Amino acid sequence: MKEKDLERLKKIAAEIRQDIIQSIHKAGSGHPGGSLSAADIVTALYFYKMKVEPENPKWEERDRFILSKGHAAPVLYAALARKGFFPREELFKLRKLNAMLQGHPDMKGTPGVEMSTGSLGQGFSASIGMGLALKLDKRESRIYVLLGDGEMQEGIVWEAGMAAAHYQLDNLTAILDYNGLQIDGKNDDVMRIQPIAQKWESFGWNVLEIDGHCFEEIIEALEQAEKTKGRPTMIIAKTIKGKGVSFMENAPDWHGKAPNDEETQIALRELGGVQG
Amino acid sequence: MEKVATRDAYGKTLVELGKTNENIVVLDADLSGSTKTISFKKEFPDRFFNMGIAEQNLIGTAVGFAAAGKIPFASTFAMFATGRAFEIIRNSVCYPKMNVKICATHAGITVGEDGASHQALEDIACMRAIPNMTIINPADSVSTREAVLQAARYQGPVYIRLGRAKVPVIYEPSSLQFEIGKGIQLEEGKDAAVIATGVMVAEALKAREILKEEGIEIKVIDIHTIKPIDEELILKAAQQTGAVVTAEEHNIIGGLGSAVAELLAEHCPTPMKRIGVKDTFGESGSGEELMKKYGLTAQDIVQAVKEVVKMK
Ligand SMILES: Cc1ncc(C[n+]2csc(CCOP(=O)(O)OP(=O)(O)O)c2C)c(N)n1
Ligand SMILES: [Mg+2]
Repeated sequence: MKEKDLERLKKIAAEIRQDIIQSIHKAGSGHPGGSLSAADIVTALYFYKMKVEPENPKWEERDRFILSKGHAAPVLYAALARKGFFPREELFKLRKLNAMLQGHPDMKGTPGVEMSTGSLGQGFSASIGMGLALKLDKRESRIYVLLGDGEMQEGIVWEAGMAAAHYQLDNLTAILDYNGLQIDGKNDDVMRIQPIAQKWESFGWNVLEIDGHCFEEIIEALEQAEKTKGRPTMIIAKTIKGKGVSFMENAPDWHGKAPNDEETQIALRELGGVQG
Repeated sequence: MEKVATRDAYGKTLVELGKTNENIVVLDADLSGSTKTISFKKEFPDRFFNMGIAEQNLIGTAVGFAAAGKIPFASTFAMFATGRAFEIIRNSVCYPKMNVKICATHAGITVGEDGASHQALEDIACMRAIPNMTIINPADSVSTREAVLQAARYQGPVYIRLGRAKVPVIYEPSSLQFEIGKGIQLEEGKDAAVIATGVMVAEALKAREILKEEGIEIKVIDIHTIKPIDEELILKAAQQTGAVVTAEEHNIIGGLGSAVAELLAEHCPTPMKRIGVKDTFGESGSGEELMKKYGLTAQDIVQAVKEVVKMK
């Protein structure tokens, strides 16, 4: 990756983080922690890796991204708006009555959203069917699906994981946003998912472990996944919940609440100022 | 009027139960702060089990606890409790009549901003279709406490439907006569009977005040237990008034309205209107806005009463 690409991605990710904070602040509710932890991954996908056409959201050759951890909708919305799928003003009507942007992604109402999610585990399962269909149609498109570590406790995740390996779904790249936290605390305290890399390896997946806030590592892993034939890839991305906002980092409290006016000002300052 | 969320009453009552009954165990699925089972966890950490985000295993594990003589209370949001774990509730809880208590919070449209994916509007319908299931949808925090205490004493599966939002307290602890399976007539009236459940009981009481101004007198009945339903009370109300309106924060298909319609159609055909979400999904918005948009307010009850009275 070139130096100027890196600078560009960092700038976009910072602006996406600002949009996350502002949209949740305006909404008065929502999930900042898991949106911020996924911001670099989602930035790398939409602004470096994936082929999409915002003016033609149903373009058949596009790559698909499924946000299986649907509560992180603000990060997806910020990326889609910046790509041009819909006007940025929509971000600031998030979760309001009659608005386009629902609390959890709604594929019927929002251009660019590939799957309606919010009930954990189901988006991952849908990605298996999508991957199989694209293979049947002999398309080159790839499927990217983002999961949470808490989400990984759902039974359906392991049913889907088994199927993806069984059907040698090498057009599927799953990314685990491994921030270590869920709602009731640390995964390790609520319901241990470790040893997670070994689990996916034993399920027949190609497993890569990276720093989920390092663009070089994210992109290197996405490219390796693309080159891997005969099996799906699970990228275990170590992340920090609330990344970029000091008081939200690693704080379980910030899983699902909106910052007030003062907290919003501090957060935006830490993220490099307010956009016009 | 004082407002308290039914889930808050649930958390407190669990602690009360835990103190007197060592067989009570509580299970949750990563939502203990929201369902309020966290209160029980703090008092009785050894009898609290967080199953992680795995609702099928939440209910399956509760079944095992019950089989071994414990009284498990399993909690998560209504959507995931009755949705994700449905078939386990059917085959492992209800078929063998296991002593499992499923206390689900965040039911209905008043979930608000989280949107359609989190607003359970069919949970009563799903639970009602399973033999052996008892379904309780308390109207306020005072009756929630009674429901939880009595569920613990009752042998067999119980589904208690609780909300996220703060709701008016309508009962006095000292005068409440609460019995599973028995409705409560809150107000007398001759022109129509409004049969409500959950948050809609408070709306029905408001509707009564509005209608009184216009010279229409309605009975208000709280059907907290939707199954087994109080047939006697409902039939009597239908006979006395000749006009019935049901009100629930649920799809009009399969819930209280359906239960009452089935009963009346067979035993006492009566002009009737159902207030509820009209077979559609919800959306994001504040709970109050959504109650308005989806026709779940006192004003909607008033309208329905006027229409049904004309049909007499
Ligand atoms: C099936 C299901 N059960 C429960 C929930 C409620 N819920 C929403 S987010 C969440 C925690 C998710 O933790 P994790 O997957 O680690 O997400 P992140 O830390 O990335 O925000 C839970 C329990 C849900 N949305 N779906
Ligand atoms: Mg997490």
